[in-house]
Amino acid sequence: METAVAMPLPVPDREARGRARRARKGGGMSSVVRGLIGVLLLATALGGFALATAAQNREVNVYSSRHYDTDAQLFAAFTARTGIRVNVIEGGEDQLIERIRAEGANSPADVLITVDAGRLWRAQQAGLLQPIASPVLMERVPANLRDPEGYWFGLTKRARVIMYARDRVDPSELSTYEALADPKWRGKILVRSSSHVYNQSLVGALIEAHGPEWTEQWARGLVANFARRPQGGDIDQIKAVAAGEGDIAIANTYYWVRLAKSDNPEERAAAAKVGVFFPNQGPGERGTHVNISGAGVVATSRNRDNAIAFLEFLVSDEAQEIFAKGNNEYPVVAGISLDPVLASLGTFREDEVSAARFGANNPLALMIMDRAGWR
Amino acid sequence: MASISSRREASAPQRTMVAPAWARAWGGRQLAWPLLTLGIAALLSVPTLTVLASVLVPPDAIWQHLATTVLPQYIANTLGLLLGVGVGVLVIGTGTAWLVTMCRFPGRGLWQWALLLPLAMPTYLVAYTYTDLLQFAGPVQSTLRAWFGWSRHDYWFPEIRSLEGAIAVMTLAFYPYVYLLARAAFLEQALGPLEVSRSLGRGPWHSFLTVALPLARPALAAGTALALMETLADFATVQYFAVDTFTTGIYRTWFGMGSLVTAAQLAACLLLFVFVVLALERLARGRARFHPTALGQRPLPAVPPFRLQGLRAAAAVVACLLPITLGFLVPGGVLLRMATSGGDPLAGAIFPQLARNSFTLAAVTGLLAVLLATLLAYGLRLAPSLLARLSTRIAVLGYAVPGTVIAVGILIPFGWLDRAVDSWAQAVLGRSAGLLLSGTIAGLIFAYLVRFLAVAFNTVESGLTRIAPSLDEAARSLGHGLSSTLVRVHAPLMRGSLLTAAMLVFVEVMKELPATLIVRPFNFDTLAIRVYRLATDERLAEASTAALAIVAVGLLPVIVLSLAIARSQPGRRPPP
Repeated sequence: METAVAMPLPVPDREARGRARRARKGGGMSSVVRGLIGVLLLATALGGFALATAAQNREVNVYSSRHYDTDAQLFAAFTARTGIRVNVIEGGEDQLIERIRAEGANSPADVLITVDAGRLWRAQQAGLLQPIASPVLMERVPANLRDPEGYWFGLTKRARVIMYARDRVDPSELSTYEALADPKWRGKILVRSSSHVYNQSLVGALIEAHGPEWTEQWARGLVANFARRPQGGDIDQIKAVAAGEGDIAIANTYYWVRLAKSDNPEERAAAAKVGVFFPNQGPGERGTHVNISGAGVVATSRNRDNAIAFLEFLVSDEAQEIFAKGNNEYPVVAGISLDPVLASLGTFREDEVSAARFGANNPLALMIMDRAGWR
Repeated sequence: MASISSRREASAPQRTMVAPAWARAWGGRQLAWPLLTLGIAALLSVPTLTVLASVLVPPDAIWQHLATTVLPQYIANTLGLLLGVGVGVLVIGTGTAWLVTMCRFPGRGLWQWALLLPLAMPTYLVAYTYTDLLQFAGPVQSTLRAWFGWSRHDYWFPEIRSLEGAIAVMTLAFYPYVYLLARAAFLEQALGPLEVSRSLGRGPWHSFLTVALPLARPALAAGTALALMETLADFATVQYFAVDTFTTGIYRTWFGMGSLVTAAQLAACLLLFVFVVLALERLARGRARFHPTALGQRPLPAVPPFRLQGLRAAAAVVACLLPITLGFLVPGGVLLRMATSGGDPLAGAIFPQLARNSFTLAAVTGLLAVLLATLLAYGLRLAPSLLARLSTRIAVLGYAVPGTVIAVGILIPFGWLDRAVDSWAQAVLGRSAGLLLSGTIAGLIFAYLVRFLAVAFNTVESGLTRIAPSLDEAARSLGHGLSSTLVRVHAPLMRGSLLTAAMLVFVEVMKELPATLIVRPFNFDTLAIRVYRLATDERLAEASTAALAIVAVGLLPVIVLSLAIARSQPGRRPPP
């Protein structure tokens, strides 16, 4: 039970007035709290202004979704050659595109690098890229691996191929992507989720070749052949084939090469058990599906010349060598030597369809994969 | 007359704290606190409201597509996760808290703080390591197949990458929330009811079920709600485990299909689940009020009342050892093995920078979060109007919203604000102001505050409600103003809660990933980003060094928390 606390009544006696005055003084925000809030706001504003007024002359701001450590070597080489500093922010390409879009006219981004052609097309459609006229880029990058108007350019190529268990599958049984829906492969196929751009572009290419209805039938057939629910990345699929969880995997070439060159003996053993097959090579077939990692200059870029110089560097011999040896990819420029293990896979005929078509077909590809149950 | 009416107001059960009539009569200044509360809550609600605003757009063809293909799966998986994780954390958290508080068995002093260890381990690390260990191509199954000569279809092994696997991993990662709050609640309970229960012939088990549990309901409800909100917000684990929930659906729809509007509508569905969880929590708390009264409070003796022997003691030891082993020791061991046999080739060069970045962000955010949470909780206590309560609830909703969604909810208004300031600067000052908020550390910290305010707020609020209103009135009668009361009376009493809140936020920011990925400035990476980058490139072994660094740094606040727990042993003066 509370004891009676003497509540001061608003009686005009000296004591109460004194208490009232003291209470009024402390009754609002205490000065400490006020001071803290003020300092906080000031610090934020000052910090923001400081960042904004930083000089932007000898640098280029790169938003890159490439996630390979060897790229640091590339940027350092560019700075060494030209003296222009490279500021990099890495992230998923979709997130980077959203960020550039949200940053709007004041975006500091100069160059956007992605690992998929479809995303470059999407950035172009969203008005985030600007066309550049560079004879160097036009000449060194093949026509089907760049935008005809110069909005984006491919920097490296990667093939999405069929990898098979050497001891359980005879390569003569393999032929095309389309044949993978055949019931003879029931319970044998491993592939990653449809959420990944690599698969979306593959299906996009199939839509381009055969139309949406046929592709949906094909996707249903493929899903019926899955050895397990799509999970993990490309390397997980290759390792699962080596362990025996499935017989066939669909993966990118550089992942197999990475396993084959790994310091870890278990990974090398896994790669040795898996063979690489380039599909659609027969006469009259369209060739193996090839995707690009490419870049474009952002529309709101304030260092346009630096950005163009950067892109031109990336297709130079020096940079293409670093791409090839560093991440085991195929360079876009002709005449660059490949990594020896990659070269041992042999040559192959590429699907010549323009990479812009994957992007255009991307939303439809996702819907088809959803309906087919390819999670 | 004024005194009688004010006493009646102060003792009314519905409202904890209302400025008495004599104070309101002085008017004016009393607006400061409610306005501050509203201001903070409004600011922190902006991202959530931005996301919700997209719901006003009518559903398009993509929504129809989703509804017929994947939406039922999202709902089923989300419900399954909530149910599984809810039951799991309640059982493990409450059970271990009771054992450690009320029973005597070997190693009790050790288990008390060791049970907190999984807090330092991010959920996605637990997911990565268990997958690496238990998947088909992993060491466990490979060894089994080698020993017995089995091939794929000859045996059954639980699939780690499944809904059940996700439930198990998240239970192991989130039970410490329930453990912490349940333990604090059990410690505070007066011995009286328990002794009565024993004198009536009920053993430890029965007392637990019929006396201690109901008394601890608010704490258990709060802890479980925290765990469930973390579950709803998690992205990396469910994505890695191939479990399709709303969070993965939001990502896929927004980025894969390029439809921000539909993704926001999915996010709104997710928030619906959050409302349900919060409503259940309110319901579970009941209408009772739990203030330790001054009279009749007998602290627990230094020696816990129930002594376990023989088989029971062994069972208790196993019950405590199991969550610690599965939730911390096994993942930590796997990471250590990976780190020592491979490790990160870039470890030495960039590590100090990464660690410094992570540490600074976490420390600043922790302090700010506690400050804001205290201001919010106190303002709510002073004037619990419907508007204040509602805006506070919305402000703490950020916890259940995935980091990516918050990031987008921030980028949009920040971008707009920056453009507005820029055009003003162009017009008035003649030069561009550049980007003030987008892509700065301030933006990142704001994202963290939105995301983690709930952690700080729940802890601080539960500490504040343990202080009886009579103390407020006593302070007021002695001449303290409102803020003075907060600073000089409440804060010292709440020291423990404030420290707990700061530490919890610190650990959370160290582990945070999705929002950091999107909002961070140039050339600014954290340890978590390094781990994610390497793990998603399927180079988990190389990510192990950075992962261990996160765990090591995350251990520091866990150690401090556990020291605080050791100090709050029965028999010593319990800190609030």
